[in-house]
Amino acid sequence: MLAPNAAYRGLAGALARAPAALRVFTAAEKATKGAAFGCRMCGQCTLPVTGYACPETCPKQLRNGPCGGVGADGSCEVFPDLRCVWVIACERAEREGQAADLLVLQRPVDHRRSGQSAWVSYWRGDDETLLPPPQAGNVAEGPR
Amino acid sequence: MSVGVGLRARLASGAFAVTAEIGPPRGADPEALRRKVAPLAGCVDAVNITDNAGAHVRMASWAGSLVVAQAGAEPVMQLTCRDRNRLALQSDLLAASAVGIPNVLLMTGDHPKFGDHPDAKPVFDLDSVQLLWAARMMRDEGRLLSGRALSTRPAWLIGAVENPFAPPAGFRAARLAKKADAGAEFVQTQFVFDVPAFARWMAELSDLGIPERCRILAGVGPVRSLRALDHMRTSVPGLHIPGEVDRRLRAVPADQVAAEGLRICTEIIERLREIPGVSGVHIMAPGYEHGIPGILDRAGLAVPRDGEPGPQASGGFRGAAPPGQHWPQASGAQGGRPAGPARPAAPTLGSAGAH
Repeated sequence: MLAPNAAYRGLAGALARAPAALRVFTAAEKATKGAAFGCRMCGQCTLPVTGYACPETCPKQLRNGPCGGVGADGSCEVFPDLRCVWVIACERAEREGQAADLLVLQRPVDHRRSGQSAWVSYWRGDDETLLPPPQAGNVAEGPR
Repeated sequence: MSVGVGLRARLASGAFAVTAEIGPPRGADPEALRRKVAPLAGCVDAVNITDNAGAHVRMASWAGSLVVAQAGAEPVMQLTCRDRNRLALQSDLLAASAVGIPNVLLMTGDHPKFGDHPDAKPVFDLDSVQLLWAARMMRDEGRLLSGRALSTRPAWLIGAVENPFAPPAGFRAARLAKKADAGAEFVQTQFVFDVPAFARWMAELSDLGIPERCRILAGVGPVRSLRALDHMRTSVPGLHIPGEVDRRLRAVPADQVAAEGLRICTEIIERLREIPGVSGVHIMAPGYEHGIPGILDRAGLAVPRDGEPGPQASGGFRGAAPPGQHWPQASGAQGGRPAGPARPAAPTLGSAGAH
């Protein structure tokens, strides 16, 4: 739905040139993804390859899979009332036939991007971690 | 330390490896650490030094590793992502190699919530897979995460941890595969009490061809009392104790629990040695380090660890590892299992210089 096309690239280019419009767009992205996924606006969205379970909502912000402390019932070790983000991600990815997505090595987060629009970065092609091409094996390119 | 001794040589030779684990003191006195290490020197291949285990402040693992080395044992320095950002992690890794620490074990770390400073800021700037990746790049490519070149490359063996028993069960083998892809050359696991579940995980790993690239050391340890049992059941995240083990420990008189715990531990080690692809055991016995030689004796693993070959691991690996390469290939099929699909080569770091 959000895959880059000419219209999105044009929109992103226009937003990048118009700071006020970019602020409005970024606020809208924050509100939308915040309500739907608990988005923390890290600026480097992994949702498409983590079954739309946000790894930033993990208390350890783990991007490459679950820690070893997941409860037998799939609960988070830090907040036992919550289900482990990665248990949810694995369930969804398996259901959707996207389990291979979880094998991608995710680069460390670039903290300079915190608060920025991940969608604009994605459409402008300056965030290679957002959606690694499925043909690239199970290995993303190196950390940025 | 002469050639042929130590964890790297043990794992390359295919002999069954034994590591143990000790926690540094909550204090500035190295003597407590020396006392804990003394019975282990010469009877295990390496000794892990924990890094603020359970998010409780202790003497730093690099300093503990030096004390252990001075006491005659080979250290494995544990390093967690909980307390350091990527700058500190990389500088500590360089420091470890500079002072001669031959092995590092890279892990995410327990959340501060469970420790003695629950008010601390959790860092988790990198996750364990990213840290393994950074370490491998530092050693094999001589570069930092930023892409900047190192004047001298570090030389440690890179280890990881895994819990085969925690959900999502279907992802645990794949998760270790990610760690092996990132750079892990050996892994130590959470306590194994459920041997059939561990064997299923090992079979998945063998299908993925992991034991040839990343040696598997199974975590074991004796339950010394019912209080310890309850603590492990309720307070150790991700630990699974099957009902059979629980029943055996509760069925004996109170003064027999420790002995029964040792029997169970010994039996588990013996069963683990039969599982294809298991390269060794990692013994965790906090407060009972002095009993580890006895456990090894009962399990038939009390061989001199001064370069003499010990009992062969189930995988039957032969020869020495070429420098900077994967472990030597198995001499035959791994316990009759197919080699499994080829895995992609370890990741390269492409645009790392783009910062």
